[in-house]
Amino acid sequence: MSDKLRIAKQFISALPYSGALGMELQELDGGVSVIDMPYDERLVGDPRTGVLHGGAVSALMDTCCGAAVMSHPSNPGGTATIDLRIEYLRAAVPGQRITARAECYHVTRSVAFVRATARDEEDGSPVATATGSFTVEGKR
Amino acid sequence: MSTRRKPETVQVVKKRRDAALRALVDGVPYITFLGIQFDRRGDELTGILPYSDKLIGNPMLQALHGGATASFLEVTSIITLSWEHLWADLESGALAVDEMDATHLPRLPKTIDFTVDYLRSGLPRDAYARARINRSGRRYASVHVEAWQDNRSKLFAQATGHFLMPQSRD
Repeated sequence: MSDKLRIAKQFISALPYSGALGMELQELDGGVSVIDMPYDERLVGDPRTGVLHGGAVSALMDTCCGAAVMSHPSNPGGTATIDLRIEYLRAAVPGQRITARAECYHVTRSVAFVRATARDEEDGSPVATATGSFTVEGKR
Repeated sequence: MSTRRKPETVQVVKKRRDAALRALVDGVPYITFLGIQFDRRGDELTGILPYSDKLIGNPMLQALHGGATASFLEVTSIITLSWEHLWADLESGALAVDEMDATHLPRLPKTIDFTVDYLRSGLPRDAYARARINRSGRRYASVHVEAWQDNRSKLFAQATGHFLMPQSRD
């Protein structure tokens, strides 16, 4: 594992809310980020079915999109979410890990544009998709 | 002479409404995980997210995590929508409050999409949110929700979401 990825992994799990949800960075390079989150009964939104709450998936998407922005080759010094839209395509299968993949596909002097998908362990359609715009703070 | 039912005492009314709200909120693990509470005034609800260290996104900035904020807004929307949806049955007695537990909760609306607008960073203190149902049809509902901290007029986030309403099984 590269030093850069190891440092980034530590950084993500040191963010209190991301850490509380058990998020783990798997890949980070060139504006693309992959983060996963284990199934956890505390994050259930529907007690009848055991399906995770949309908010937990949203938190994963937000973290993953922010990480993608930070890894963009233009080297932003920092970022914050301006806007994030999530579409919940289907219920995540209870008991399965959720993996988000975000891509920062365009960066201007002030704004970064990101899209993301979240999948459980099933093949086929993702659980959720997201699009967001993020601030670009002073270049490093 | 018509036989009009004697109005219930305020204690009976409050007890029933508070018990129903508690059952709805306590039944959802993620709401408990976040520590969200609801303040009820008649049928109006205000979500309260008491500050906790785990809600922080970046420890250097001491700002609330965008995901915690989004979750708070989504939870407030769903509970407000569900509350409005259940209100008539609750008041008529069609919904038996003492039978509401984690396995017999009314079905909750499902989020179709949710768009969060982050207006300023969330400070490390309590947050409040109120949702407004702009349209509630048989199948779909559109909700707008606002969140603030110290000043009601200074929102730190707002969101709009669309929801699929639970269908009765008959």
